Amino acid sequence: MAITTIAKLVEAASSRGSTIGALARELEADDTGLSVAQLDEKMRRRLQVMRDSVAAGLEGVRSKSGLTGGDARRMTEAQSRGVLIGNEPLDSAMAYALAVSEVNAAMGRIVAAPTAGSCGILPGVLLSVAKTLDTSDASLIEALFSAGAVGAVVARSSTLAGAAAGCQAECGTGAAMAAAAATELAKGSPRQCANAVAFAFKGLLGLVCDPVAGLVEVPCIKRNAICVAVALAAADMALAGIESVVPPDEVIETMGLIGRELPASLRETALGGLAATPTGKGLAAKLMSSKQE
Amino acid sequence: MSVFDIIGPIMIGPSSSHTAGAVRLGLAARAIIGGQVSRADITLHGSFAETYHGHGTDIALVAGLLGMSPDDERIPNAMQIAQEQGLRVGFHRADLGDAHPNSAQMELVSPDGVKRSIRGASVGGGSILITKIDQFTVDFTGENHALVVSYKDQPGIIAKITSLLAAENVNIAAMRVSREAKHSKALAIVELDQPAPEKSITRISQVPSVDTVMVLPPISLEEGE
Repeated sequence: MAITTIAKLVEAASSRGSTIGALARELEADDTGLSVAQLDEKMRRRLQVMRDSVAAGLEGVRSKSGLTGGDARRMTEAQSRGVLIGNEPLDSAMAYALAVSEVNAAMGRIVAAPTAGSCGILPGVLLSVAKTLDTSDASLIEALFSAGAVGAVVARSSTLAGAAAGCQAECGTGAAMAAAAATELAKGSPRQCANAVAFAFKGLLGLVCDPVAGLVEVPCIKRNAICVAVALAAADMALAGIESVVPPDEVIETMGLIGRELPASLRETALGGLAATPTGKGLAAKLMSSKQE
Repeated sequence: MSVFDIIGPIMIGPSSSHTAGAVRLGLAARAIIGGQVSRADITLHGSFAETYHGHGTDIALVAGLLGMSPDDERIPNAMQIAQEQGLRVGFHRADLGDAHPNSAQMELVSPDGVKRSIRGASVGGGSILITKIDQFTVDFTGENHALVVSYKDQPGIIAKITSLLAAENVNIAAMRVSREAKHSKALAIVELDQPAPEKSITRISQVPSVDTVMVLPPISLEEGE
């Protein structure tokens, strides 16, 4: 994609009266020589994998380590019992995000978005918002292009790697992508989508990557679910017409700068944060000894 | 950067580097030995050695050796499928010294008794680097078509290989040459922008002192891509 800033995405989409998603798909067509129909088909396959992973996770899965699984199912059961405070689209979005992340941990098939560790947020938010708003698949596919465009800008101007900048780079970007895409599904303008990106990052700047035993399970799966709430809050503020004081591109750049200031212990090395708690260390030692049997 | 690099790849979890990249390392090794593998002794190093169990890195490597792509839902059952297909596997953990933290050393035997020793690393996001083939230091990503030519080191061999490719209008993307010692065994990895035609492969293998020519396809990140 030739466009490298959120500001330019907004400008180009606004001037032609299109969504960021439609613009991103055109840019992808220019780059690849593929037709819009071919690109839609390629994205449709990803949408299908997202749906399948939600369904598998809601059935209930268990990871190889035995640390995680079954929480997506717990969420939907609680939803049907009517014991939750929240409401739609939040409750389903969290259940879906847990489902996809649990399937990932259990060696199931997922779509990285932008990474495997943050794969639950985008499908969680989009599929739930689509259910609430009764959105067509065509709009969902376009929203996925929008999310992809946001992720591509972050990859270019900052990073998507937890090892480089902590969880803010993975789940932070996933939430920003989901916030922009949800805003677009709710008929927000390109400018509102950009504000949603800024808000989501603002809520997650500094988030560290501290996986217990180095596995993509604790706290990653629950972080995916929490980030869904951040993404929906960001989208709603943007739809209300609230403006980010610091422009989205500066917020994204800041994420990368903060990442560089994070100590290595909080960048995916499993040496700090929750990984270094007595429980975290205990689980790591237990898993290490069980595999050596 | 493509939108599909962000929304994607479609892969089997849980980790692009420890699972998807490991499948691709297995796939690359399978291509280098020329297909089926009947015996694999795999040594895991660094982070691969530390967390392979929870990430399924061992299973993913075996899945790749069996020819599965990183989004193949049979990956979790790769160990059992290996047994059914007559692939015997052994795993070891060791410090390989100054290697990337996500490195694996694979000692492979084909059903015809061909032996290859291949070392590679998963360097992030599913990207890989093959760093050693047998005694030779190499450096290629598996993203391009490639020829691996083993020969006896002497003047003019590289020129012959490149001119035979140029004659068929094949463009070279990258090239690396490595040898045991002067006038001893040598290995050239030639990465290409398109597949090498049959004709150039035959003519390169006929060059005096060329021993073998291996043809490697790009190692896809996703089925059908």
